[in-house]
Amino acid sequence: MISTIGQVFSYEFMQNALLAGVLVSIACGVIGTLVVINRIVGISGGIAHAAYGGVGIASYFGFDPVLGALAFSLVSSLAMGLTHRKLKDRSDTMIGVMWAVGMAIGIIFISLTPGYRANLMSYLFGSILAVSKTDIWWMVATAIGVILFVVLFYRMLLAISFDEEFATVRNLPVGTLFILMLLITGLTVVVAMRVVGLILVIALLTIPAAIASMFFKDVRVIMLVAVGLGILLNFFGLLLSFQLNLQAGAVIILLAAAVYFGAFILKMSLSKAKL
Amino acid sequence: MTLETLSMNAKNKSLVPSDPIISIKGLWAGYDAHPVLEDIHFEMFQGDYIGLIGPNGGGKTTLIKVILGLVPVMRGELKVWGKSPAEARDRLGYVPQISRSDKDFPISVWDVVRMGRQAPGFRLSSRLSSKSKQAIEKALSQAGVLNLAKRSFNQLSGGQRQRVLIARALATEPDLLILDEPTASVDSQSTAKLYELLAELNQHLSILLVSHDLMAISTHVKTIGCVNSRMVYHNQKMVTKEMLDLSYDCPVDLLAHGLPHRVLHEHHHEDNANSLSQYEEGKND
Repeated sequence: MISTIGQVFSYEFMQNALLAGVLVSIACGVIGTLVVINRIVGISGGIAHAAYGGVGIASYFGFDPVLGALAFSLVSSLAMGLTHRKLKDRSDTMIGVMWAVGMAIGIIFISLTPGYRANLMSYLFGSILAVSKTDIWWMVATAIGVILFVVLFYRMLLAISFDEEFATVRNLPVGTLFILMLLITGLTVVVAMRVVGLILVIALLTIPAAIASMFFKDVRVIMLVAVGLGILLNFFGLLLSFQLNLQAGAVIILLAAAVYFGAFILKMSLSKAKL
Repeated sequence: MTLETLSMNAKNKSLVPSDPIISIKGLWAGYDAHPVLEDIHFEMFQGDYIGLIGPNGGGKTTLIKVILGLVPVMRGELKVWGKSPAEARDRLGYVPQISRSDKDFPISVWDVVRMGRQAPGFRLSSRLSSKSKQAIEKALSQAGVLNLAKRSFNQLSGGQRQRVLIARALATEPDLLILDEPTASVDSQSTAKLYELLAELNQHLSILLVSHDLMAISTHVKTIGCVNSRMVYHNQKMVTKEMLDLSYDCPVDLLAHGLPHRVLHEHHHEDNANSLSQYEEGKND
Protein backbone atom coordinates (compact mmCIF):
# COMPACT_ATOMS: atom_id res chain seq x y z
CA MET A 1 0.00 0.00 0.00
CA ILE A 2 1.47 3.32 -1.06
CA SER A 3 0.57 6.32 1.06
CA THR A 4 1.58 9.98 0.68
CA ILE A 5 4.20 11.52 2.92
CA GLY A 6 1.50 13.65 4.52
CA GLN A 7 -0.49 10.57 5.48
CA VAL A 8 2.54 8.75 6.84
CA PHE A 9 3.51 11.59 9.14
CA SER A 10 -0.01 12.30 10.34
CA TYR A 11 0.42 9.55 12.93
CA GLU A 12 1.78 10.77 16.26
CA PHE A 13 4.26 7.90 16.52
CA MET A 14 5.63 8.87 13.11
CA GLN A 15 6.02 12.50 14.20
CA ASN A 16 7.88 11.35 17.29
CA ALA A 17 10.02 9.07 15.17
CA LEU A 18 10.86 11.92 12.83
CA LEU A 19 11.73 14.24 15.71
CA ALA A 20 13.85 11.50 17.29
CA GLY A 21 15.66 11.06 13.98
CA VAL A 22 16.47 14.77 13.81
CA LEU A 23 17.69 15.02 17.44
CA VAL A 24 19.76 11.85 17.28
CA SER A 25 21.26 12.98 13.97
CA ILE A 26 22.44 16.21 15.60
CA ALA A 27 24.21 14.37 18.43
CA CYS A 28 25.57 11.62 16.15
CA GLY A 29 26.75 13.96 13.41
CA VAL A 30 28.74 16.14 15.79
CA ILE A 31 30.18 13.44 18.08
CA GLY A 32 30.54 11.01 15.18
CA THR A 33 32.86 13.47 13.44
CA LEU A 34 35.11 13.48 16.53
CA VAL A 35 34.94 9.68 16.65
CA VAL A 36 35.99 9.42 13.01
CA ILE A 37 38.87 11.93 13.11
CA ASN A 38 40.16 10.47 16.38
CA ARG A 39 39.94 6.93 14.98
CA ILE A 40 38.06 5.66 17.99
CA VAL A 41 35.34 3.85 16.06
CA GLY A 42 36.39 0.64 17.83
CA ILE A 43 36.03 2.13 21.30
CA SER A 44 32.65 3.60 20.41
CA GLY A 45 31.49 0.20 19.18
CA GLY A 46 32.69 -1.27 22.45
CA ILE A 47 30.80 1.33 24.50
CA ALA A 48 27.61 0.63 22.56
CA HIS A 49 27.74 -3.14 22.94
CA ALA A 50 28.83 -3.07 26.57
CA ALA A 51 25.74 -0.96 27.33
CA TYR A 52 23.66 -4.10 26.80
CA GLY A 53 24.93 -5.34 30.15
CA GLY A 54 23.13 -2.40 31.75
CA VAL A 55 19.92 -3.20 29.89
CA GLY A 56 20.05 -6.76 31.24
CA ILE A 57 20.81 -5.87 34.85
CA ALA A 58 18.20 -3.10 34.93
CA SER A 59 15.46 -5.34 33.57
CA TYR A 60 16.34 -8.11 36.02
CA PHE A 61 16.14 -5.76 39.00
CA GLY A 62 13.12 -3.93 37.59
CA PHE A 63 14.68 -0.54 36.75
CA ASP A 64 14.27 1.38 33.53
CA PRO A 65 16.59 -0.35 31.01
CA VAL A 66 17.55 3.05 29.55
CA LEU A 67 19.04 4.04 32.91
CA GLY A 68 20.87 0.72 33.06
CA ALA A 69 22.23 1.27 29.56
CA LEU A 70 23.28 4.81 30.51
CA ALA A 71 25.15 3.66 33.62
CA PHE A 72 26.93 0.84 31.77
CA SER A 73 27.73 3.05 28.82
CA LEU A 74 29.31 5.75 31.01
CA VAL A 75 31.28 3.23 33.08
CA SER A 76 32.57 1.47 29.96
CA SER A 77 33.46 4.85 28.36
CA LEU A 78 35.58 5.58 31.39
CA ALA A 79 37.15 2.11 31.55
CA MET A 80 37.86 1.91 27.82
CA GLY A 81 39.09 5.50 27.71
CA LEU A 82 41.57 4.92 30.53
CA THR A 83 42.68 1.64 28.94
CA HIS A 84 43.27 3.42 25.65
CA ARG A 85 45.23 6.21 27.35
CA LYS A 86 47.34 3.71 29.27
CA LEU A 87 47.97 0.97 26.71
CA LYS A 88 47.75 3.05 23.49
CA ASP A 89 48.13 0.73 20.49
CA ARG A 90 47.89 -2.38 22.63
CA SER A 91 44.47 -1.44 24.04
CA ASP A 92 42.61 -3.10 21.16
CA THR A 93 42.23 -6.56 22.67
CA MET A 94 41.38 -5.29 26.15
CA ILE A 95 38.62 -3.11 24.72
CA GLY A 96 37.35 -6.05 22.67
CA VAL A 97 37.14 -8.16 25.83
CA MET A 98 35.23 -5.44 27.75
CA TRP A 99 32.87 -5.18 24.78
CA ALA A 100 32.13 -8.94 25.01
CA VAL A 101 31.83 -8.93 28.82
CA GLY A 102 29.12 -6.24 28.63
CA MET A 103 27.14 -8.20 26.08
CA ALA A 104 27.51 -11.48 27.99
CA ILE A 105 26.27 -9.87 31.22
CA GLY A 106 23.30 -8.52 29.29
CA ILE A 107 22.43 -11.89 27.78
CA ILE A 108 22.63 -13.72 31.13
CA PHE A 109 20.51 -11.22 33.08
CA ILE A 110 17.92 -11.02 30.34
CA SER A 111 17.59 -14.81 30.26
CA LEU A 112 17.14 -14.72 34.07
CA THR A 113 14.46 -12.01 33.83
CA PRO A 114 11.04 -13.60 34.23
CA GLY A 115 8.07 -12.79 32.03
CA TYR A 116 7.63 -11.28 28.61
CA ARG A 117 10.97 -10.19 27.19
CA ALA A 118 10.26 -9.32 23.57
CA ASN A 119 10.58 -5.56 24.18
CA LEU A 120 14.14 -6.10 25.36
CA MET A 121 15.02 -6.92 21.76
CA SER A 122 14.20 -3.31 20.92
CA TYR A 123 17.33 -2.21 22.76
CA LEU A 124 19.42 -4.34 20.46
CA PHE A 125 17.66 -3.50 17.22
CA GLY A 126 15.95 -0.18 17.91
CA SER A 127 12.31 0.83 17.97
CA ILE A 128 12.09 4.31 16.56
CA LEU A 129 8.31 3.90 16.18
CA ALA A 130 7.96 3.36 19.93
CA VAL A 131 9.88 6.50 20.96
CA SER A 132 8.15 8.15 23.93
CA LYS A 133 7.95 11.77 25.05
CA THR A 134 10.50 10.99 27.79
CA ASP A 135 12.87 9.59 25.18
CA ILE A 136 12.48 12.80 23.19
CA TRP A 137 13.48 14.89 26.21
CA TRP A 138 16.55 12.72 26.72
CA MET A 139 17.44 13.33 23.09
CA VAL A 140 16.95 17.08 23.37
CA ALA A 141 19.22 17.21 26.42
CA THR A 142 21.87 15.10 24.72
CA ALA A 143 21.83 17.17 21.53
CA ILE A 144 22.22 20.37 23.55
CA GLY A 145 24.99 18.81 25.65
CA VAL A 146 26.90 17.68 22.58
CA ILE A 147 26.61 21.06 20.88
CA LEU A 148 27.72 22.93 24.01
CA PHE A 149 30.68 20.59 24.51
CA VAL A 150 31.95 21.08 20.96
CA VAL A 151 31.30 24.82 20.79
CA LEU A 152 33.00 25.47 24.14
CA PHE A 153 36.05 23.28 23.57
CA TYR A 154 36.33 23.24 19.77
CA ARG A 155 39.91 24.48 19.51
CA MET A 156 41.22 22.16 22.19
CA LEU A 157 39.33 19.18 20.74
CA LEU A 158 40.84 19.96 17.35
CA ALA A 159 44.33 20.20 18.85
CA ILE A 160 44.15 16.90 20.76
CA SER A 161 42.56 15.11 17.80
CA PHE A 162 45.21 16.29 15.36
CA ASP A 163 48.32 15.81 17.48
CA GLU A 164 47.96 14.58 21.02
CA GLU A 165 51.66 14.91 21.85
CA PHE A 166 51.95 18.50 20.70
CA ALA A 167 48.83 19.29 22.72
CA THR A 168 50.45 17.67 25.76
CA VAL A 169 53.62 19.72 25.33
CA ARG A 170 51.38 22.82 25.19
CA ASN A 171 49.96 21.69 28.55
CA LEU A 172 46.42 21.19 27.25
CA PRO A 173 44.24 18.87 29.38
CA VAL A 174 44.52 16.04 26.85
CA GLY A 175 43.44 13.17 29.12
CA THR A 176 40.49 14.99 30.67
CA LEU A 177 39.13 16.09 27.31
CA PHE A 178 39.57 12.65 25.79
CA ILE A 179 37.63 10.98 28.62
CA LEU A 180 34.97 13.70 28.48
CA MET A 181 34.64 13.10 24.74
CA LEU A 182 34.10 9.38 25.35
CA LEU A 183 31.54 10.02 28.12
CA ILE A 184 29.56 12.21 25.73
CA THR A 185 29.92 9.51 23.09
CA GLY A 186 28.46 7.09 25.67
CA LEU A 187 25.51 9.41 26.26
CA THR A 188 24.93 9.72 22.52
CA VAL A 189 25.05 5.94 22.13
CA VAL A 190 22.23 5.54 24.66
CA VAL A 191 19.86 7.96 22.94
CA ALA A 192 20.74 6.60 19.50
CA MET A 193 19.95 3.13 20.87
CA ARG A 194 16.24 4.02 20.76
CA VAL A 195 16.46 4.68 17.03
CA VAL A 196 18.64 1.93 15.57
CA GLY A 197 19.53 -0.29 18.55
CA LEU A 198 22.87 -0.91 20.24
CA ILE A 199 24.18 -3.18 17.50
CA LEU A 200 23.73 -0.59 14.77
CA VAL A 201 24.53 2.57 16.76
CA ILE A 202 28.08 2.61 15.55
CA ALA A 203 26.86 2.94 11.95
CA LEU A 204 24.64 5.92 12.72
CA LEU A 205 27.51 7.52 14.62
CA THR A 206 30.16 7.10 11.95
CA ILE A 207 28.60 6.80 8.48
CA PRO A 208 27.32 10.39 8.08
CA ALA A 209 30.62 11.78 9.40
CA ALA A 210 32.63 9.46 7.19
CA ILE A 211 30.69 10.52 4.09
CA ALA A 212 31.06 14.20 4.96
CA SER A 213 34.80 13.89 5.59
CA MET A 214 35.29 12.53 2.07
CA PHE A 215 34.26 15.84 0.56
CA PHE A 216 34.97 18.56 3.12
CA LYS A 217 38.21 19.70 4.71
CA ASP A 218 37.09 21.59 7.81
CA VAL A 219 35.93 19.78 10.93
CA ARG A 220 33.11 22.27 11.61
CA VAL A 221 31.78 21.89 8.06
CA ILE A 222 32.02 18.10 8.32
CA MET A 223 29.98 18.21 11.54
CA LEU A 224 27.24 20.31 9.93
CA VAL A 225 27.11 18.19 6.78
CA ALA A 226 27.06 15.00 8.88
CA VAL A 227 24.08 16.33 10.86
CA GLY A 228 22.25 17.19 7.63
CA LEU A 229 23.02 13.81 6.09
CA GLY A 230 21.89 12.04 9.26
CA ILE A 231 18.56 13.85 9.20
CA LEU A 232 17.99 12.99 5.53
CA LEU A 233 18.99 9.36 5.99
CA ASN A 234 16.68 9.01 9.01
CA PHE A 235 13.80 10.65 7.16
CA PHE A 236 14.05 8.61 3.98
CA GLY A 237 14.92 5.43 5.87
CA LEU A 238 11.82 5.86 8.02
CA LEU A 239 9.65 6.51 4.98
CA LEU A 240 11.07 3.52 3.14
CA SER A 241 10.62 1.20 6.11
CA PHE A 242 7.02 2.32 6.48
CA GLN A 243 6.28 1.68 2.80
CA LEU A 244 8.06 -1.69 2.77
CA ASN A 245 6.88 -2.62 6.26
CA LEU A 246 10.42 -3.44 7.40
CA GLN A 247 12.38 -2.77 10.62
CA ALA A 248 13.12 0.99 10.61
CA GLY A 249 16.57 0.91 12.23
CA ALA A 250 17.92 -1.65 9.81
CA VAL A 251 16.49 0.16 6.78
CA ILE A 252 18.05 3.47 7.92
CA ILE A 253 21.45 1.82 8.29
CA LEU A 254 21.26 0.00 4.95
CA LEU A 255 20.31 3.24 3.25
CA ALA A 256 23.21 5.02 4.98
CA ALA A 257 25.61 2.28 3.95
CA ALA A 258 24.39 2.47 0.34
CA VAL A 259 25.01 6.23 0.30
CA TYR A 260 28.42 5.64 1.90
CA PHE A 261 29.50 3.17 -0.78
CA GLY A 262 28.09 5.44 -3.49
CA ALA A 263 30.01 8.40 -2.07
CA PHE A 264 33.16 6.30 -1.86
CA ILE A 265 32.92 5.34 -5.54
CA LEU A 266 32.16 8.94 -6.48
CA LYS A 267 35.16 10.14 -4.48
CA MET A 268 37.44 7.57 -6.13
CA SER A 269 36.33 8.53 -9.63
CA LEU A 270 36.70 12.23 -8.79
CA SER A 271 40.29 11.79 -7.63
CA LYS A 272 41.03 9.65 -10.68
CA ALA A 273 39.62 12.38 -12.93
CA LYS A 274 42.00 14.85 -11.28
CA LEU A 275 45.00 12.70 -12.20
CA MET B 1 78.87 30.22 6.75
CA THR B 2 80.10 27.20 8.60
CA LEU B 3 83.09 29.07 9.93
CA GLU B 4 80.88 31.89 11.09
CA THR B 5 78.47 29.66 12.87
CA LEU B 6 81.32 27.72 14.37
CA SER B 7 82.93 30.85 15.73
CA MET B 8 79.54 32.06 16.94
CA ASN B 9 79.23 28.85 18.82
CA ALA B 10 82.68 29.33 20.32
CA LYS B 11 81.72 32.86 21.32
CA ASN B 12 78.54 31.64 22.97
CA LYS B 13 80.55 29.29 25.03
CA SER B 14 83.43 31.54 25.99
CA LEU B 15 81.64 34.87 26.46
CA VAL B 16 78.31 33.71 27.81
CA PRO B 17 79.06 31.14 30.48
CA SER B 18 75.38 30.63 31.16
CA ASP B 19 73.67 27.72 32.81
CA PRO B 20 72.73 24.87 30.48
CA ILE B 21 69.22 24.95 29.02
CA ILE B 22 69.13 21.16 29.18
CA SER B 23 71.06 19.22 31.78
CA ILE B 24 70.90 15.44 31.90
CA LYS B 25 72.78 13.33 34.42
CA GLY B 26 72.72 9.54 34.54
CA LEU B 27 69.31 9.36 32.88
CA TRP B 28 67.50 6.09 32.30
CA ALA B 29 64.19 6.17 30.46
CA GLY B 30 61.94 3.99 28.35
CA TYR B 31 58.55 2.39 28.09
CA ASP B 32 56.98 0.25 30.81
CA ALA B 33 59.85 -1.42 32.64
CA HIS B 34 62.06 -1.59 29.56
CA PRO B 35 64.74 1.10 29.40
CA VAL B 36 65.52 2.44 25.92
CA LEU B 37 68.01 5.00 27.20
CA GLU B 38 70.74 4.00 29.62
CA ASP B 39 72.93 6.30 31.66
CA ILE B 40 72.64 9.38 29.44
CA HIS B 41 74.74 12.46 30.21
CA PHE B 42 74.13 15.57 28.15
CA GLU B 43 74.24 19.35 28.38
CA MET B 44 72.86 21.86 25.93
CA PHE B 45 73.49 25.63 26.01
CA GLN B 46 71.72 28.63 24.59
CA GLY B 47 72.54 29.18 20.90
CA ASP B 48 73.48 25.55 20.35
CA TYR B 49 72.43 23.75 17.19
CA ILE B 50 72.84 20.08 17.98
CA GLY B 51 72.18 17.17 15.65
CA LEU B 52 71.71 13.74 17.20
CA ILE B 53 72.35 10.72 15.04
CA GLY B 54 71.91 7.06 15.73
CA PRO B 55 70.23 3.99 14.31
CA ASN B 56 66.45 3.60 14.19
CA GLY B 57 65.22 2.22 17.46
CA GLY B 58 68.32 3.54 19.24
CA GLY B 59 66.34 5.93 21.43
CA LYS B 60 66.76 9.30 19.67
CA THR B 61 63.05 9.95 19.63
CA THR B 62 62.72 8.67 23.18
CA LEU B 63 65.37 11.14 24.33
CA ILE B 64 63.43 13.99 22.72
CA LYS B 65 60.22 12.79 24.33
CA VAL B 66 61.80 12.62 27.78
CA ILE B 67 62.98 16.21 27.37
CA LEU B 68 59.43 17.18 26.35
CA GLY B 69 58.00 15.38 29.37
CA LEU B 70 56.13 12.88 27.18
CA VAL B 71 58.10 9.88 28.45
CA PRO B 72 58.83 9.59 32.18
CA VAL B 73 62.31 9.50 33.70
CA MET B 74 63.10 6.12 35.30
CA ARG B 75 66.33 7.05 36.99
CA GLY B 76 68.75 9.99 36.97
CA GLU B 77 68.21 13.71 36.61
CA LEU B 78 66.79 15.82 33.79
CA LYS B 79 66.43 19.59 34.06
CA VAL B 80 65.21 22.00 31.40
CA TRP B 81 66.11 25.58 32.40
CA GLY B 82 66.61 24.13 35.86
CA LYS B 83 63.05 22.84 36.07
CA SER B 84 61.22 19.60 35.36
CA PRO B 85 60.23 19.06 31.70
CA ALA B 86 56.52 19.48 32.47
CA GLU B 87 57.19 22.87 34.07
CA ALA B 88 59.50 24.08 31.33
CA ARG B 89 57.99 22.67 28.17
CA ASP B 90 55.89 25.70 27.28
CA ARG B 91 59.19 27.23 26.12
CA LEU B 92 59.92 24.26 23.85
CA GLY B 93 58.84 24.31 20.21
CA TYR B 94 58.16 20.70 19.28
CA VAL B 95 58.22 19.62 15.63
CA PRO B 96 57.19 15.95 15.57
CA GLN B 97 57.78 13.52 12.79
CA ILE B 98 54.95 13.61 10.25
CA SER B 99 52.79 10.62 10.94
CA ARG B 100 50.57 8.78 8.54
CA SER B 101 47.40 9.84 10.31
CA ASP B 102 48.14 13.56 9.83
CA LYS B 103 47.92 13.10 6.12
CA ASP B 104 44.19 12.70 5.92
CA PHE B 105 43.12 14.87 8.83
CA PRO B 106 40.68 17.51 7.53
CA ILE B 107 42.29 20.79 8.55
CA SER B 108 43.67 23.97 7.01
CA VAL B 109 47.26 25.13 7.35
CA TRP B 110 46.10 28.16 9.33
CA ASP B 111 44.25 25.98 11.84
CA VAL B 112 47.31 23.76 12.30
CA VAL B 113 49.57 26.72 13.08
CA ARG B 114 46.89 28.25 15.30
CA MET B 115 47.30 25.25 17.62
CA GLY B 116 50.60 26.81 18.61
CA ARG B 117 48.60 29.66 20.19
CA GLN B 118 46.17 27.49 22.13
CA ALA B 119 46.46 28.68 25.73
CA PRO B 120 47.30 25.98 28.26
CA GLY B 121 44.91 24.62 30.84
CA PHE B 122 41.24 23.78 30.58
CA ARG B 123 39.54 26.73 29.00
CA LEU B 124 36.71 27.60 26.67
CA SER B 125 37.29 28.36 23.01
CA SER B 126 37.72 32.07 22.68
CA ARG B 127 38.36 34.52 19.90
CA LEU B 128 41.85 34.81 18.56
CA SER B 129 43.64 37.80 20.09
CA SER B 130 45.41 40.19 17.74
CA LYS B 131 48.71 39.28 19.38
CA SER B 132 48.14 35.62 18.59
CA LYS B 133 47.06 36.46 15.07
CA GLN B 134 50.31 38.34 14.51
CA ALA B 135 52.34 35.49 15.99
CA ILE B 136 50.67 33.02 13.62
CA GLU B 137 51.30 35.25 10.60
CA LYS B 138 54.91 35.79 11.62
CA ALA B 139 55.48 32.07 12.13
CA LEU B 140 53.92 31.27 8.74
CA SER B 141 56.07 33.80 6.98
CA GLN B 142 59.28 32.78 8.81
CA ALA B 143 58.69 29.19 7.75
CA GLY B 144 57.91 30.40 4.22
CA VAL B 145 54.37 29.05 4.09
CA LEU B 146 52.26 32.20 4.50
CA ASN B 147 50.93 31.74 0.95
CA LEU B 148 49.67 28.27 1.91
CA ALA B 149 47.68 29.46 4.94
CA LYS B 150 44.27 28.71 3.41
CA ARG B 151 45.29 25.42 1.82
CA SER B 152 44.28 22.08 3.21
CA PHE B 153 47.11 20.53 5.21
CA ASN B 154 46.64 17.09 3.66
CA GLN B 155 47.09 18.38 0.11
CA LEU B 156 50.61 19.64 0.74
CA SER B 157 53.88 17.97 -0.18
CA GLY B 158 56.07 16.42 2.53
CA GLY B 159 58.40 19.42 2.57
CA GLN B 160 55.53 21.92 2.84
CA ARG B 161 53.90 19.92 5.58
CA GLN B 162 57.15 19.86 7.54
CA ARG B 163 57.41 23.65 7.22
CA VAL B 164 53.86 24.04 8.50
CA LEU B 165 54.75 21.98 11.58
CA ILE B 166 57.80 24.18 12.08
CA ALA B 167 55.53 27.24 11.79
CA ARG B 168 53.23 25.74 14.43
CA ALA B 169 56.20 25.33 16.77
CA LEU B 170 57.39 28.88 16.01
CA ALA B 171 53.93 30.26 16.78
CA THR B 172 54.48 29.20 20.38
CA GLU B 173 57.43 31.67 20.45
CA PRO B 174 59.84 29.04 21.77
CA ASP B 175 63.39 29.42 23.09
CA LEU B 176 64.39 25.95 21.95
CA LEU B 177 63.21 24.18 18.82
CA ILE B 178 63.16 20.38 18.99
CA LEU B 179 62.74 18.49 15.72
CA ASP B 180 62.25 14.76 15.21
CA GLU B 181 63.46 13.51 11.83
CA PRO B 182 62.51 16.73 10.02
CA THR B 183 63.60 15.40 6.62
CA ALA B 184 62.17 11.89 6.85
CA SER B 185 59.41 12.47 4.28
CA VAL B 186 60.99 15.34 2.35
CA ASP B 187 62.70 15.24 -1.05
CA SER B 188 66.38 16.22 -1.29
CA GLN B 189 65.79 19.71 -2.72
CA SER B 190 63.34 20.61 0.03
CA THR B 191 65.73 19.10 2.55
CA ALA B 192 68.41 21.63 1.59
CA LYS B 193 65.92 24.48 1.93
CA LEU B 194 64.74 23.16 5.26
CA TYR B 195 68.29 23.26 6.63
CA GLU B 196 68.71 26.82 5.32
CA LEU B 197 65.61 27.78 7.29
CA LEU B 198 66.93 26.09 10.44
CA ALA B 199 70.29 27.90 10.12
CA GLU B 200 68.39 31.22 9.93
CA LEU B 201 66.25 30.34 12.93
CA ASN B 202 69.34 29.36 14.89
CA GLN B 203 70.38 33.02 14.96
CA HIS B 204 67.60 33.60 17.51
CA LEU B 205 66.88 30.26 19.08
CA SER B 206 68.58 27.03 20.06
CA ILE B 207 67.92 23.91 18.02
CA LEU B 208 68.05 20.23 18.88
CA LEU B 209 67.33 17.87 16.04
CA VAL B 210 67.33 14.14 15.57
CA SER B 211 67.97 12.22 12.40
CA HIS B 212 69.13 8.82 11.28
CA ASP B 213 70.80 10.54 8.33
CA LEU B 214 74.39 11.24 9.39
CA MET B 215 75.38 12.84 6.08
CA ALA B 216 72.53 15.35 5.94
CA ILE B 217 72.95 16.30 9.56
CA SER B 218 76.73 16.62 9.62
CA THR B 219 76.80 19.34 6.96
CA HIS B 220 74.34 21.61 8.73
CA VAL B 221 74.44 21.47 12.50
CA LYS B 222 77.01 23.06 14.82
CA THR B 223 77.66 20.04 16.99
CA ILE B 224 76.90 16.35 16.69
CA GLY B 225 75.99 13.71 19.20
CA CYS B 226 75.09 10.08 18.90
CA VAL B 227 72.40 8.08 20.68
CA ASN B 228 72.12 4.32 20.71
CA SER B 229 70.85 3.38 24.17
CA ARG B 230 73.88 5.25 25.51
CA MET B 231 74.96 8.67 24.31
CA VAL B 232 78.20 10.20 23.06
CA TYR B 233 78.36 13.98 22.94
CA HIS B 234 81.45 16.16 23.31
CA ASN B 235 80.02 19.51 22.23
CA GLN B 236 82.00 19.47 19.01
CA LYS B 237 81.39 19.07 15.33
CA MET B 238 83.19 15.83 15.00
CA VAL B 239 81.98 12.39 14.27
CA THR B 240 84.26 10.35 16.45
CA LYS B 241 85.05 6.68 16.12
CA GLU B 242 83.30 6.31 19.45
CA MET B 243 80.04 7.53 17.89
CA LEU B 244 80.36 5.34 14.84
CA ASP B 245 81.09 2.33 16.97
CA LEU B 246 78.03 3.12 19.02
CA SER B 247 75.87 3.73 15.97
CA TYR B 248 76.85 1.38 13.28
CA ASP B 249 78.25 -2.05 12.94
CA CYS B 250 80.19 -1.31 9.79
CA PRO B 251 83.81 -0.30 9.17
CA VAL B 252 84.54 3.41 8.99
CA ASP B 253 86.02 2.99 5.52
CA LEU B 254 82.69 2.03 4.07
CA LEU B 255 81.17 5.27 5.27
CA ALA B 256 83.97 7.37 3.78
CA HIS B 257 83.74 5.99 0.27
CA GLY B 258 81.79 7.43 -2.61
CA LEU B 259 80.66 10.68 -1.05
CA PRO B 260 80.45 14.02 -2.84
CA HIS B 261 82.09 15.67 0.18
CA ARG B 262 84.44 13.68 2.29
CA VAL B 263 83.04 13.75 5.76
CA LEU B 264 85.49 11.50 7.45
CA HIS B 265 89.25 11.56 7.53
CA GLU B 266 90.97 8.40 6.50
CA HIS B 267 92.04 6.14 9.24
CA HIS B 268 95.89 6.26 9.47
CA HIS B 269 96.97 5.48 12.98
CA GLU B 270 95.48 3.81 15.94
CA ASP B 271 96.35 6.74 18.18
CA ASN B 272 94.08 9.26 16.46
CA ALA B 273 91.13 6.96 16.75
CA ASN B 274 89.16 9.41 18.81
CA SER B 275 89.26 12.21 16.30
CA LEU B 276 89.73 10.29 13.12
CA SER B 277 86.80 11.85 11.42
CA GLN B 278 86.31 15.52 11.11
CA TYR B 279 83.99 17.31 8.83
CA GLU B 280 85.50 19.70 6.28
CA GLU B 281 83.21 21.38 3.86
CA GLY B 282 84.10 21.25 0.14
CA LYS B 283 87.56 19.95 0.79
CA ASN B 284 88.53 16.77 -0.95
CA ASP B 285 91.55 15.29 0.64
